[in-house]
Amino acid sequence: MRDEDRPLTRNIRPGEPPLDRAGYEEAGGYRALKAVIGRRDPGELLDIVKDSGLRGRGGAGFPTGMKWGFIPMGPDAPKQKYLIVNADEMEPGTFKDRFLLEGDPHQMVEAAIVAAWIIQASDVYIFVRDAYRRATDLLRAALAEAREAGYLGRNILGSGYELEVHLHTSAGRYICGEETALINALEGKRAVPRQKPPFPQSSGLWGRPSVVNNVETLYNIPHIVLRGAEWYRGLGKGADGGTKLFGASGRVKRKGPWELPMGTPLRELLEAHAGGMHDGHGFRGLLPGGASTGFLVDEHLDLPMDFDPIQNAGSRLGTGALIVLDDRTSLMGMLRNLEHFFARESCGWCTPCRDGLPWVERILAAFAAGRGTAEELDILEMHTRFCGMGKTFCAHAPGAIMPLETALKYFRDDFERGLTRAA
Amino acid sequence: MLTAEERDVITGLLGHYTDPRAAVVEALKVVQEHRRWVPDEALPEVGALLGLSAHDVDAVATFYNLIFRQPVGRHVILVCDSVSCWMLGYEDIATALKRRLGIGFGETTPDDRFTLLPICCLGACDKAPAMLIDFELYGDLTPERLDAALGHYA
Repeated sequence: MRDEDRPLTRNIRPGEPPLDRAGYEEAGGYRALKAVIGRRDPGELLDIVKDSGLRGRGGAGFPTGMKWGFIPMGPDAPKQKYLIVNADEMEPGTFKDRFLLEGDPHQMVEAAIVAAWIIQASDVYIFVRDAYRRATDLLRAALAEAREAGYLGRNILGSGYELEVHLHTSAGRYICGEETALINALEGKRAVPRQKPPFPQSSGLWGRPSVVNNVETLYNIPHIVLRGAEWYRGLGKGADGGTKLFGASGRVKRKGPWELPMGTPLRELLEAHAGGMHDGHGFRGLLPGGASTGFLVDEHLDLPMDFDPIQNAGSRLGTGALIVLDDRTSLMGMLRNLEHFFARESCGWCTPCRDGLPWVERILAAFAAGRGTAEELDILEMHTRFCGMGKTFCAHAPGAIMPLETALKYFRDDFERGLTRAA
Repeated sequence: MLTAEERDVITGLLGHYTDPRAAVVEALKVVQEHRRWVPDEALPEVGALLGLSAHDVDAVATFYNLIFRQPVGRHVILVCDSVSCWMLGYEDIATALKRRLGIGFGETTPDDRFTLLPICCLGACDKAPAMLIDFELYGDLTPERLDAALGHYA
């Protein structure tokens, strides 16, 4: 792809240190910041983001412009408003935000400042997972350079706009990626999710209007405000606009990540970009967007990787990180591994999740060992309902149960084979 | 039990936060940097500096994977046990590490050199199987390549 068709990663040279401020500016960086801070009306910029069709890249796919539209604006809005950058990437199979942060940290800084201007935030909190030490160091250096240049702090570029950016390093817990749990974590509380409503846009961090956005989502913003909604929509192949970082893991030849148009067919990702399966391994199925998405199989490979088509097929686009199951890896072993992860990372707040997921894990271990029972198969089915949407405060349990629910649909034979032989 | 230095560093953090409570994770990390782990006895003292009860501090301290509540060795090995690494050989890596170190998960070698722990996805699935030693990433692991990695740590 041409550089201009891959706005998110065009500055990234894997294996080389990222661009410093001078290099980033030479490559066209901070142009969006200079063009909008104090110069462009936030409401007009918000309309551009809405028109671009950008949907959240953290996994849920909520339209970003609409999300920002709920933030109170104008002279009567609270003075303290927060933009929170979710860099707590911990969705198994996903390594896109690490790639962006390590590869082009100044783009994160510019994106955060431009986004903050659009919602007129007073502060930005960048919430980084503790294991991303390299990304944290690079961000800290980029923030210092931006401050030196007058892009941060009081009276940015003479505009009168004041913005502070704070870097918070977490201490490792998957649930902190859930936006309301993340807000509790920032407040120094146990990071369990909050009930919604109220939504963070009306009452978030310390009760102030707040918006939580994924790293990759924000990387799009400087390009959208500079080049417009029409250009952005044109980058996609289907209904959703823009590009997306996709990746693959499992027994495939190449892992990525690759920045490709939204709507790129799943088959193209798997066969052209990932290079197909390792020799001697056949394809059985894949999770299209990290561990908390449902299995897709052969019949789905011609679907475009857009939010709606993948959801209509019973899965989720999620983070766009394919986890590929081959024909020599045990499905039961994989499911057991996935549910072990979700059971361990459950925050314990809601009963179906706290008590259900370890139960599911134990049953899957029995099936993996060929000691399952017909009754336990029914219990697995029961948990797919108990952990469904609306039974818990957050989406941890529904996400956790999606691989199991879809495996029961597409790979029934594997469960039958896991039943006790003697029975 | 906190040293004067630990207290000073923690007190120095408070200016960065709107609410002292928000500094609790940072404060626990300060204790851990000085002692490698966070003993129960530290909790009421950290709490007193932040205006929190020992229970409030404990609720946070027990929540995170990387706040250690038991003593750890000089170097901490965190082995990714999530799905992408599992599919590409996590079990062989874990077995080889346990054999070489003579310990299981959650244990420390008798010479206090290494503590071995499992960890969830490290975002290094393009380099699976992967692990961190003192937060340095080692990817594309094979049992044969472990010795070279371990050799960097005395």
